[in-house]
Amino acid sequence: MTTEGKKLGERGEDAAVAFLERSGMTIVERNWRCQNGEIDIVALDGETLVLCEVKTRRTAKKGTPEEAVTPAKQRRYARLASAYVQAAGLEPVSVRFDVIALLVIAEDRALLRHHRAAFVLE
Amino acid sequence: MAQCTVRTATVVGVEAVPVDTEVDVGAGLPTFAIVGLPDLAVQEARERVRSAVRAAGYDVPNARVVVNLAPGPLRKHGTGFDLAIALGLLTATRQLPTTIADSCVCVGELSLDGSVRAVPGMLAHALAARSQGRPLLGPAEAAASLAIEGLEYLPIAHIAQLRTGVPETGRPPRRSVPTVPNDLDFADVVGHELAKRALLVAAAGGHNVLLIGPPGAGKTMLARRLPTILPALDDTERLETALVHSVAGLDDVPALAGVRPFRAPHHSASIAGLVGGGSPPRPGEASLAHNGVLFLDEMPEFGPAALQALRQPLEDGTMTLVRAEGRLRFPARFSLVGAANPCPCGFSGDPDRACTCAPGAVERYQGRIGGPLMDRIDIVIDVARIDPALMLRDGRGECSASLRNTVALCRERALDRDGGPPASLRGAELLAACAMRDSARRFLEEAARTKHLSGRGVTRLLRVARTCADVAGEAAVGLDHLSEALGYRAREGG
Repeated sequence: MTTEGKKLGERGEDAAVAFLERSGMTIVERNWRCQNGEIDIVALDGETLVLCEVKTRRTAKKGTPEEAVTPAKQRRYARLASAYVQAAGLEPVSVRFDVIALLVIAEDRALLRHHRAAFVLE
Repeated sequence: MAQCTVRTATVVGVEAVPVDTEVDVGAGLPTFAIVGLPDLAVQEARERVRSAVRAAGYDVPNARVVVNLAPGPLRKHGTGFDLAIALGLLTATRQLPTTIADSCVCVGELSLDGSVRAVPGMLAHALAARSQGRPLLGPAEAAASLAIEGLEYLPIAHIAQLRTGVPETGRPPRRSVPTVPNDLDFADVVGHELAKRALLVAAAGGHNVLLIGPPGAGKTMLARRLPTILPALDDTERLETALVHSVAGLDDVPALAGVRPFRAPHHSASIAGLVGGGSPPRPGEASLAHNGVLFLDEMPEFGPAALQALRQPLEDGTMTLVRAEGRLRFPARFSLVGAANPCPCGFSGDPDRACTCAPGAVERYQGRIGGPLMDRIDIVIDVARIDPALMLRDGRGECSASLRNTVALCRERALDRDGGPPASLRGAELLAACAMRDSARRFLEEAARTKHLSGRGVTRLLRVARTCADVAGEAAVGLDHLSEALGYRAREGG
């Protein structure tokens, strides 16, 4: 990934964290990594563990940011989620997958969409 | 969190087999899994249930949802589990009281907006619920055809209605259908007296018929009028026939109203299409014609394997399909009416036009129906093209209503005397029913000798003669009846 792309992603994640905190959630982890990949944000919404994927785009030409969360990626998040729950030594908890989509429309301005419980595994 | 079990069923053959829908909602990764040998349509219930539940204003739980359809080894197919899954989900998450799930059996497909739709086999589900002694919760749109004695039907149109508890028993009036096709009548048929008489005898005695004649002679026209002289279905027959139509996804209201089915599959029909099959196994045309008429136009053009597959249902009135999962039985007791050209060009035996078929082609063509199948056809007649002058003359024959009375009378007589139609009699039973005097017996012996009749040939002749006597209202089979029966044996030896 280009440096510019990385930067865009980081700024998007910062914005998402700020948004989640404002909506009353507690941020537990950022960029939690394991050999299977990375979880952008881990937060707590009351008792529910929220695993959040942030997608930032400059244009919607190649589809909206949330469209990038394909079924294959959803399955990857599922594996990541199990890994996290295990690594954190949590008992069976209520887990939610959220997606935050950011579409940059100008310098310092972006449209943010928060999909709560964006997907359910099959 | 919680669990809930909802009673439903899946259709196997013409029967609804009870299935328990167990829904477990618990903590963990948000999943929605359906297990218990579901087919693709059952798997897709996830999407329908999720959308419908949300659209009806309930909450979709963000939790680990597992749906188990028990018994596990039974294959589940179709969309009828949607309602049970939704009800189980809503009950397990305490959005609905347990009383609904506890009290009834339910079946129905959900649309994305939460409305409840009918699925094929509603009648089978209704009968299964009745035999379990439980009310059936199902789509309101199916209520009209499920007005069955002893069944409590709880119609719902939309799952939002469940908030107000168990729906009221509703019984809307059944759609009225004429019990006999009224657009066709034998009175419209000019000439063809022999063929009309033969069809009357066939209807009265339950005999299978083959009409042989050149193109345009009126074979199809005659066959289509056979249902107009058959009496309406009785109560048991109605249910049997409607059940087959219901599981095949066809309209079952006509059969429930007493209309005898008339099925006329095209000669390109496959074996599965004709006698049943596929996965999941569905009834074929022979079963859809149960208690009615199966009309095979251009009979020699049917695939030989498909035709021969009809032998079992013609013999025992049922079709048995053997599959890896087990044996399935579809009812298939029908009157067979076949129509055939005498040869590939159609004009063999025609007094006015020459047959252009190659030597041997005529025999080959006629042989295509096959001996074993021909053995089950009691009446074979020639249908000649009628004189155009006769057609232009304004004449009307005997009407279907009066013929129908004769048929009903004959059937009643045969039932009282022998417990079944003459076509089902054999051996000593048949001889006793015919009560022939010595003169008739001698005539039969003579005819059998000169015409080289086999034992089976004699049996068929006697059956038809018995019916002819019934039509004439006579207790004993006499010379007239035997000679009439001999007349219904166009072109055959034994």
